[in-house]
Amino acid sequence: MSLLHLAIIAPFIIAVFVPLIYKHIKSVHTGWFILPLPILLFAYFSSYISKTANKQVTMESFSWISSLGIDFTVKVDGLGLLFALLITGIGSLVILYSIYYLSKQREKLNTFYVYLLLFMGAMLGVVLSDNLIVLYAFWELTSFSSFLLIGYWYNREKSRYGAQKSMIITVLGGLAMLGGIILLYNMTGTFSITEIVAQADTIINHPLFVAALLCILLGAFTKSAQFPFHIWLPDAMEAPTPVSAYLHSATMVKAGIYLVARMSPVFAEHTLWMGLIIAFGLFTLFWGSFSAVKQTDLKSILAFSTVSQLGLIMSLLGVGAAALHFDHPEYFMVATTAAIFHLMNHATFKGSLFMVVGIVDHETGTRDIRKLGGLMNLMPITFTIAIIGTFAMAGLPPFNGFLSKEMFFTGMINALHMDFDWSIIIPVIAWIASVFTFIYSMILVFKTFTGKYQPEKLEKKPHEAPIGMLISPIILASLVIVIGIFPNIVKPILVPAIETIMPMYEFDVHISMWHGFNTELFMTIGVIVVGVLMYLGLNKWRGIYGIFPEKLALNRFYDGLLDSMHKGSYSLNRNVMSGSINHYLSYMFIFMVVLIIGSLFGQNAFTFSTDNLAPIEFYEVILTLIVAVSSIALLFVKSRIVSILLTGTIGYMVSLLFIVFRAPDLALTQLVIETISVSLFLLCFYHLPKKLTDDPMPVKVRNAVISVGVGLFVILVGLTAHSTKLFDSISQYYIENTYSEAAGKNMVNVILVDFRGFDTMFEIAVLGIAALAIFGLIKLRRNGGKKIENK
Amino acid sequence: MEILMIFIAGILFMSATYLMLSRSVVRIILGTTVLSHGVHLLLLTMGGLKRGAPPLVGEEASAYTDPLPQALILTAIVIAFGVTALFLVLGYRSYKELGTDNMEKLRGNDGND
Repeated sequence: MSLLHLAIIAPFIIAVFVPLIYKHIKSVHTGWFILPLPILLFAYFSSYISKTANKQVTMESFSWISSLGIDFTVKVDGLGLLFALLITGIGSLVILYSIYYLSKQREKLNTFYVYLLLFMGAMLGVVLSDNLIVLYAFWELTSFSSFLLIGYWYNREKSRYGAQKSMIITVLGGLAMLGGIILLYNMTGTFSITEIVAQADTIINHPLFVAALLCILLGAFTKSAQFPFHIWLPDAMEAPTPVSAYLHSATMVKAGIYLVARMSPVFAEHTLWMGLIIAFGLFTLFWGSFSAVKQTDLKSILAFSTVSQLGLIMSLLGVGAAALHFDHPEYFMVATTAAIFHLMNHATFKGSLFMVVGIVDHETGTRDIRKLGGLMNLMPITFTIAIIGTFAMAGLPPFNGFLSKEMFFTGMINALHMDFDWSIIIPVIAWIASVFTFIYSMILVFKTFTGKYQPEKLEKKPHEAPIGMLISPIILASLVIVIGIFPNIVKPILVPAIETIMPMYEFDVHISMWHGFNTELFMTIGVIVVGVLMYLGLNKWRGIYGIFPEKLALNRFYDGLLDSMHKGSYSLNRNVMSGSINHYLSYMFIFMVVLIIGSLFGQNAFTFSTDNLAPIEFYEVILTLIVAVSSIALLFVKSRIVSILLTGTIGYMVSLLFIVFRAPDLALTQLVIETISVSLFLLCFYHLPKKLTDDPMPVKVRNAVISVGVGLFVILVGLTAHSTKLFDSISQYYIENTYSEAAGKNMVNVILVDFRGFDTMFEIAVLGIAALAIFGLIKLRRNGGKKIENK
Repeated sequence: MEILMIFIAGILFMSATYLMLSRSVVRIILGTTVLSHGVHLLLLTMGGLKRGAPPLVGEEASAYTDPLPQALILTAIVIAFGVTALFLVLGYRSYKELGTDNMEKLRGNDGND
């Protein structure tokens, strides 16, 4: 256990104390007690920057289940550190923001901060674990805490729906990922990422390689909301806005990106990896930006925007992987740089935008852009932050979004160097998606802050937010500008991260604002011109946004699937668990017969020998015949008295057989018991139905088939068991020791009361319980003895 | 003899199963009784039949019948009796209270399960 482990576990430890703090210190907002933790962690992780910049990797191992290859190994390298800084940095700002966003009087802050800390610890675990199983456990824990946070306002139906949806989709992907991890273990014999990477060259031709690749990608795509799994993210917006800013834009949804980046050294050698990531990433980029324009809710716009930006980063990672497959890797390396750079930038501007939307929601009571407008003069600071955030998102200078967008264009244009006919489609889609990105960015800021002010549609009278709420977005917005103007200050974090993804290349990154009049700049200018035209003519263009009918929407498909699964399992349950004893017994008998007869013949175990048999006397045949005939006759009689008498006959015949078989004790007991049983039956006789209910014919036939099966099964098993003696009998021990050990002469009695005395004692207990139950059944009356009215 | 007894046990099992699968409560109870007879005979047969004197030390015989299955069966007979008695009273009471011996009518409906 090292300090590094402690840093990951710290949020969990603090989470334990949150309810106590909340309960006992009511006067101070609980968030203030949480805030120091992420700040401390951020400072702690910052101390690693200089180490990773010198390509120094810190590894600490804590032995856990070593025999299964599962150890809590923590590894701080460039990529992990970048994410750890994002998690703790954005985490600090979000907690600060939440202190003003969530009222300490009205909200259940204890649960909120427990969930949030749970998430923070889990996410740190995901990005710092070197062991895939540990990573998987933390991965599912992030899904779980995300579920709890989306459902934070659980009395809202939509929150519950969104929480369930995100849980189902991300956990489904998580399970696929677990499958992928196990396949990787089968190939390499280790769960350690470092060791798997070292073996990457040897496993590429393994037959399981492609399956593992697909499973891992499924996990990454569901988590990072790639098409068609993106549908959970817009519904996740039911979470409180600080949560959306933190989990659903800056950190958790980037876990999929992290996974792809982390596993790139293992899988990137395979072209399928590159192709799938580019295809899904690009389509998600386009689809997210296209859908965002249609939205009227500010958070929905941001949600689809996040989907689209995640697609952008994903596609860049895909193009980056092309470096391994084509000549001139330097063309494609820029894409990897762009991916990580944009990932950082996205966290800053999208985080600030979410907080801005939270402020607008908080101050006006609505997020509907049809009701909002003209807030510019009322909320000047918020407006300024919004301008910075949206312009960065749209890719305008001098903000950091411009830099990474230009780099993105470079990467996409360089994708033309891939040798396939349709490669032109990559920059074209990238450009079209950028136009839509520009449009929704403009909608976001101008529909909210400019235009006509409509106070009558707002629930509250809006005014500028309190300063505490503004600090976090201001810090993020200043980062947007600072990184935009001095991009090279992030190099110590950026370069080690990229080199983790592409360990085979040296990266010499230099980012600058001005590249001269090149294709990228013209693409940006084109985006702005077309975007402005389309934004101004938004109403004319409305038609194309509705071009895809709602019926084909993925949400419909998801709801339908869920509904039919629900109904299907319900009806299956109703049919199987029918409440009919006949059905239940049938399942058991059929299963038993099929299983045992099947294995008897499947294993070729059936034996039949006629050795060692006792002789048959004439009177024995008569006894057995009586048993057989009366038991079969019992099946056909309908009268109650005849049934009872036939059962009695069988019982008495069995006791006679006991005498024949030299079992005097059994015979005596059987005689007594049979007599009592029959008299008991006859006592109840008066109260029993005169005619026994009969089954309909088809049921009878089915029952007959099952019964014959059971009879046959007993005969076959009996014959086989009798013909095979695997072990010697242990009876000799009792025969020899009965007198010497227990001083009794009747062996059966000695076994019962001495050798196996406890058995007999509990048997008596069973009889006692049965007697009590019978007494209760006869004596006790509900409703004070009144007969229940029959319906 | 053993083979004959195995067949008898099989027949008893068959009738018992058939009775237990019926929907009349009384038949189900009778089925359990018949089933226990089948089980006892089968157990006894598995230990081997008529291999010497009854298991009483005083018999001074050179060989005794296997006492172990007999001890097991003795326990089983008594337990089976307890079960039968409980079932019988249960059947009697449910018939008195509910007015039917048809198990299919005692399934309850969706509202109260």
